[in-house]
Amino acid sequence: MTEEVLRIEGLRKAYGLLEVLKGIDLTVHRGETVCLIGASGSGKSTLLRCVNFLGYPTEGRIYLEGRLIGRESGGKMAYRESKLCAVRTHVGMVFQQFNLFPHLTVEENVTIGPIKIRGVPPAVAHEKAAEQLRRVGILDKAKDYPSQLSGGQQQRVAIARALAMEPSIMLFDEATSALDPELVGEVLVAMRKLAEDGTTMLVVTHELGFAYNVAHRVVFLHEGTIYEEGPPQEILVRPRRPRTQDFLRGHTAFRMPEPEMTPAAAVDG
Amino acid sequence: MPYDWNFSIVLQYMPQLLWGGLHTVLLSAACIALAVPIGVVLGVIRHQRVRFLAPIAVVYIDFFRTSVALVLICWCYYALPILLGVNLSTFTAVTIAIGLQASAYLAELVRAGLGSISTGQWEAARALGMPGTMRLRYIILPQAARRMIPVFFLLVVEVVKTTTLAGIVTYPEIVYEAFRVSTEVYRPVETFTIAGLICFAFLFVTGRIAMRLERRYAAVER
Repeated sequence: MTEEVLRIEGLRKAYGLLEVLKGIDLTVHRGETVCLIGASGSGKSTLLRCVNFLGYPTEGRIYLEGRLIGRESGGKMAYRESKLCAVRTHVGMVFQQFNLFPHLTVEENVTIGPIKIRGVPPAVAHEKAAEQLRRVGILDKAKDYPSQLSGGQQQRVAIARALAMEPSIMLFDEATSALDPELVGEVLVAMRKLAEDGTTMLVVTHELGFAYNVAHRVVFLHEGTIYEEGPPQEILVRPRRPRTQDFLRGHTAFRMPEPEMTPAAAVDG
Repeated sequence: MPYDWNFSIVLQYMPQLLWGGLHTVLLSAACIALAVPIGVVLGVIRHQRVRFLAPIAVVYIDFFRTSVALVLICWCYYALPILLGVNLSTFTAVTIAIGLQASAYLAELVRAGLGSISTGQWEAARALGMPGTMRLRYIILPQAARRMIPVFFLLVVEVVKTTTLAGIVTYPEIVYEAFRVSTEVYRPVETFTIAGLICFAFLFVTGRIAMRLERRYAAVER
């Protein structure tokens, strides 16, 4: 875990006078899973959107696989949309609202990127799509349309769609926040499997249990800065700084006693 | 005094009336064929607010939407050839007039259709790494087109109706032929009844096709 996949330096993002990100430095190594947590409005999603340039950074540098994205001109970075399209093909994104293409079948959703953007022969693309769909456990729905699937199934297809581009890093923008509670588990299980397979992941989430069990590192954002970061066992269990402590207290205000679980149930979540 | 209906004479002229109906269909098809590409391009320009082109599109759309079809037809047939120094057949002249006007309506329909697709769809396509044209072609336009089907067929019906004005420049469409038949047989009631039925049959079938398409794609949409 030494090789850097993503490096963010001094990232700032402002909407007019409102500065949402106030200088973020963050590095993600190959095979690492980093969870971004923080209150709403702390800039988690904005940070994620800057990484694949759905929003342009106001200031700062982003390196992907060691290469600086954009060109420097007069102390600022200049970005060309055509170059950014190429960058985005190496950055997989999973949205809160799934955003599957409703007019395409599950299989077509997963193959359209490789076929149209990469020029992969359809036969090869279909083979790889099947592989990714199997990975997220939804291969049996390949011929269905998104409207025929549950939210959790749709989100797993969205994950497969992003994986099919074979990205360097996967970004998850609150991937389970729009799901009914009983569907959250299946998506988190699929995400954990990816993490265990060595996928490099940057995950914005409110699922602290997921962060605790899966993340190598947890980053707590507060008002556009990295307020505290470290291994999940530290940040989520023994946070040192007051805002992190407040945040976690809010998340764990109500607790249930742990149910007795059979070993099989414990393994599969 | 009840009217003494007599279709037998008029029915002898049925081929001529059907011939007129066929011309109406052909002219309508040509108008739509001209309107669709122009309308889609203008609609995309309007929706994407393309620099320099968008204001031109607005002027074009406003001009044709506020023009009187009959004036456009006469202008294209009598005035345009003089200005261009070429001969235009009645078919070509009317196709230009009605086709361009329909393209203006269609442009607004396309713009509205594109606007109805959620930003999430654009973002998902963008996040995959699709360039703008690819996003439009494979993701946004196909979805917008499905939603546009009902209104598009409304527009088709309007175009068909408008083509009946082409008789003014002697294009042999259904109403023009009906006029000719009725002056020959002195049976306007029967003649125009049949002409009306031919028009109705055609538009009814068109409407049914629209309903079929709409239902087929509605099943897929969420």
